Amino acid sequence: MGEALRVLLDPLQYAFMVRGLIAAVVTGGLCALVGTYVVLRGMAFFGDALAHSILPGLALGYLLGGGSRDALFWWGLGTAILAALGIGALSRGGRLKEDTAIGVLFAGAMALGVVLISTSRSYAVDLTHLLFGDVLGVGEGDLIRLGIFAALIFAVVVLFYKELLVISFDPVLAVTLRLPTRLFENLLLLLIAATVVVALQTVGVALMVAMLVTPAATAYLLTRRLPAMMALAVALAALSSVVGLYASYYAGVASGAAIVLTATVVFLVVRLAPISRGSSRA
Amino acid sequence: MALVKLWQKVTLQERDRVHLSGEPIVEVSRVSMRYDGVVALEDVSFAVKAGERIAIVGPNGAGKSTLLRIIAGVLTPTTGSVRIYGRGPGGHLCIAYIPQRNQVDWNFPLTVADVVMMGRIGKMGLLRHPGPRDWAMVRRALEQVGMADLADRPIRALSGGQQQRMFIARALAQEAELLLMDEPFTGLDRPAQEGILEILEHLRRQGVTILLATHDLEQAASHFDRVLLLNRRLIAFGPPDAVFTPEALRAAYGGHLRLVPVEGELVAVGDTCCEGG
Repeated sequence: MGEALRVLLDPLQYAFMVRGLIAAVVTGGLCALVGTYVVLRGMAFFGDALAHSILPGLALGYLLGGGSRDALFWWGLGTAILAALGIGALSRGGRLKEDTAIGVLFAGAMALGVVLISTSRSYAVDLTHLLFGDVLGVGEGDLIRLGIFAALIFAVVVLFYKELLVISFDPVLAVTLRLPTRLFENLLLLLIAATVVVALQTVGVALMVAMLVTPAATAYLLTRRLPAMMALAVALAALSSVVGLYASYYAGVASGAAIVLTATVVFLVVRLAPISRGSSRA
Repeated sequence: MALVKLWQKVTLQERDRVHLSGEPIVEVSRVSMRYDGVVALEDVSFAVKAGERIAIVGPNGAGKSTLLRIIAGVLTPTTGSVRIYGRGPGGHLCIAYIPQRNQVDWNFPLTVADVVMMGRIGKMGLLRHPGPRDWAMVRRALEQVGMADLADRPIRALSGGQQQRMFIARALAQEAELLLMDEPFTGLDRPAQEGILEILEHLRRQGVTILLATHDLEQAASHFDRVLLLNRRLIAFGPPDAVFTPEALRAAYGGHLRLVPVEGELVAVGDTCCEGG
């Protein structure tokens, strides 16, 4: 018992671990909450593309802001909003299939980002941080900003719950109810964009889609109603974040990847276990 | 808050007044629809009186779904106009559109009551949550379609007939006066179809106007006041026995309808029906 407690408390003597844990839990929960819609609407590829297409913005922020985290965040947010609305517009009217158009743009944006970053001297380290996150480098200012944005995104999801649900389940009904459908579609894209940017420091660009999709997918297998799915997704994400971060502390492995791997293991266990709703589906 | 209530009261009274003005509930004038140069509807005009039940029949690709969606205000016609009680569909909350069953994600984590409650959202307003009145309306709507005991059932566990009845309940919760149904009978067995027809009979007594797309010509003839025969153009519109003439049917279906003479009358034994037409 005492041993287990020591294992749990030992990492907490370091302030960076405490900050990292808070950041990981909050971003994990936030990603899972918004990710519920990503899973239900089949937007995983959109989420992945969005995360990657932020890279050139981050690179610019990095080069122009001299490595300041604030600059990175705001450049990232600006790019994400542009990319989200751009992809949204692209998917509405066009001769190319949506996933083709997204694929073209996101690989191009990613390449532009890598080219920009490669002009910097500390290219490898910087790129790694952007790609895979740097949760143990989270500062107090980052935490405050994270808290504010998490509260905002959470509030929007709760306040517009019924509208976001209707446009996701039955967009035609949304129109006949005379809701401003386009507005809410864009609101959802903006929510995903903001969430991705907020979570960037925890898992980075490359693994972001896992934070959006994996805990929500696990919860989808286990629940019957959307509020329950959301709550369970958030809980699973928070749990995966804590377990992953401890694993990364003791095994000395990359923290963002450890968090994602934990969430993946949880998903696989649930998917393969006979209790999941997926196996008993009518 | 009081101002909002007052405003809602004023606007609702305005809507009621318009509804009582004796105009046709649906008036379609010279509607044409083209997608990327392909003609889906061509110069369609007709009017429907309140309380009527209209069956829309025609081969696959005849534009049945397009027409329903234009009346619902979901699509805007390329030319022509639709008036609901004399105004554009966009100003009305009283129109319910029931999609084809294969256009719905039945694995969405929702219960029957959740879906029916969606019908209330238009009247609830932003930032509001369902109140006791909304729940009462949902309960009553489910009772009317005989699904009160299935309120908490996940939608993925419903049969085809139950899926349709749930959507009718949602239209009732929406307080719809105009019900647009896109092939509700496709893929349903006879008892389930009969169940839906029985509910539609109840709705008629409540004065709900129904426009229903179907492939079943016999049902169209036996359960509807008027039939609208469509193949991009409006071929015929009137009482079933006036519409179902060999000439009109051939004009609509070409060679795709089997007409069999039975006791001196021509009987259509099936059209090109299949899923998702």
